[in-house]
Amino acid sequence: MPGIIDDPAELIRDGMTIGIGGWGSRRKPMSLVRAIVRSGARDLTVVSFGGPDVGILCATGQAAEIVHGFVSLDSIAIDPHFAAARQEGRVRSVELDEAMLVAGLRAASRRLPFEVTRSGLGSDAVDRNPGIRTITSPYEDGETLVAMPAIPLDLALLHLDRADQAGTAVCLGPDLFFDDLFAGAAARTVVSVERVVATGELFEGATHTASALNPTLTDWVVEAPGGAGFTAHPPHHPRDEALQRRYAASAADAAAWREFAERFVAVDDDRYRDAVSRFHAEEAS
Amino acid sequence: MTSPATRAEVAATACGDLFRGSGRILAGPIGVIPSIGARLAKLTHSPQLLLSDGEATIFADVPPVGEPFERVQAPFPYRDLFELIARGGRHVVMGAAQIDRHGNQNLSAIGDRDRPIRQLLGARAAATNTLSHATSYWIARHSPRVFVEHVDVVTGVGPARARAAGADRLQDLRRIVTDLGVLGFDGPGGTVSLISRHPGVSVDDIVRATGFALHIAGDVPETRTPDESELILIRERIDPHRLRDREVPTS
Repeated sequence: MPGIIDDPAELIRDGMTIGIGGWGSRRKPMSLVRAIVRSGARDLTVVSFGGPDVGILCATGQAAEIVHGFVSLDSIAIDPHFAAARQEGRVRSVELDEAMLVAGLRAASRRLPFEVTRSGLGSDAVDRNPGIRTITSPYEDGETLVAMPAIPLDLALLHLDRADQAGTAVCLGPDLFFDDLFAGAAARTVVSVERVVATGELFEGATHTASALNPTLTDWVVEAPGGAGFTAHPPHHPRDEALQRRYAASAADAAAWREFAERFVAVDDDRYRDAVSRFHAEEAS
Repeated sequence: MTSPATRAEVAATACGDLFRGSGRILAGPIGVIPSIGARLAKLTHSPQLLLSDGEATIFADVPPVGEPFERVQAPFPYRDLFELIARGGRHVVMGAAQIDRHGNQNLSAIGDRDRPIRQLLGARAAATNTLSHATSYWIARHSPRVFVEHVDVVTGVGPARARAAGADRLQDLRRIVTDLGVLGFDGPGGTVSLISRHPGVSVDDIVRATGFALHIAGDVPETRTPDESELILIRERIDPHRLRDREVPTS
């Protein structure tokens, strides 16, 4: 049985390595990211195919290190909060080729010290990262390859569509991304979902692209409707471009960020939904 | 008679020619001009080419650029894309903030890597691409800011670095198409060379717009212009909204 927890913020501790699912500004567990913010935990290592999750944790000063292949808002190419933090030297950026990040998560998920890959050889992701070694194939080819070290996580945070009480979590959208690898690489996984349902309803009306995490991969399930925030979450909603623009604009100065954070970040889910409704009413008027 | 091809149309046709003879691989065009090229290739010389929306689906139809695909051919999430890249089943046409004389690409940052002046997209899978399957580049504004002596951060790997790392076995760098001409990687030691210049562009124009010494072997031919049927396909079927003119303005 997955655990029951009143507030996922209780799980977050200083110095944790936290993996965050989704991709860019798509299906990010923004409700759980707000839980990190409420927790006040600091000195975090964040592992992510980065989007606003990374930007927010840079802006709050909670992230010390970002392990990533990119940080993008998709329709806005560069997350300005992450860009500012990297340019001002406020975070350590561990930039990996995307396939290296996948290999590191897979190694951790399989409890191996590393996974062998060709990806990244000759690039600065390998040449300028002293923590990454190469290995020579022991077979006749003798090829040089990357021994991508495992990226074990203390906690994985994911947002999917449906889960049952036993912890099966379903992705109704077209792409699970690498959420299962984040779950496998993590000591504990929290999955927020649009709706907790009876087991028999998990795949109701699902298309051929539906995929799922089995209950061995999930430790806590939290019901959080709209939990992907302004990021894209098919089939439920497209990206909220207006709110994303407001988020990006909040990187302009400290006051703009404080205003955005008080309204949309350092709040629980109910207050967040109210704030978004009011925001769109203002935008329309 | 149709009016003569614009620079954007020549560049798009050159991007399409990158896929000639590829067979059933996935085209990975990034940007409007490469997307027009991939669609032109599929509608003419390379009907087996596979097109995707860049997200989680391969599609069977060829809609105009800027309009949605409709006929699903196969689900194709990111994990399948990464496996396909590893198998060599794609030809990507990537962008670059910088490319140097040795064919290294930078998508990551300008300035010092640990304290950059300007953060860019990030490493993405550029290294994976350049070591695994056919890779070309599309540069919409050929300038000394893009074509630099040394890139600030190496994301895509050029021939010399791949060789030095022992990772050149599957490398397949093809071409760099720009708004001025077509470049290759067949200078000494795999350095960047000039293959052709677009109509109305001189070799001097290209040399002036390149921040390093380009390898130029003998006479430089003109890039081929699209024929009448290709022009009609581009103008009426693939890009009726003229998105191409925004990427490469008519001079």
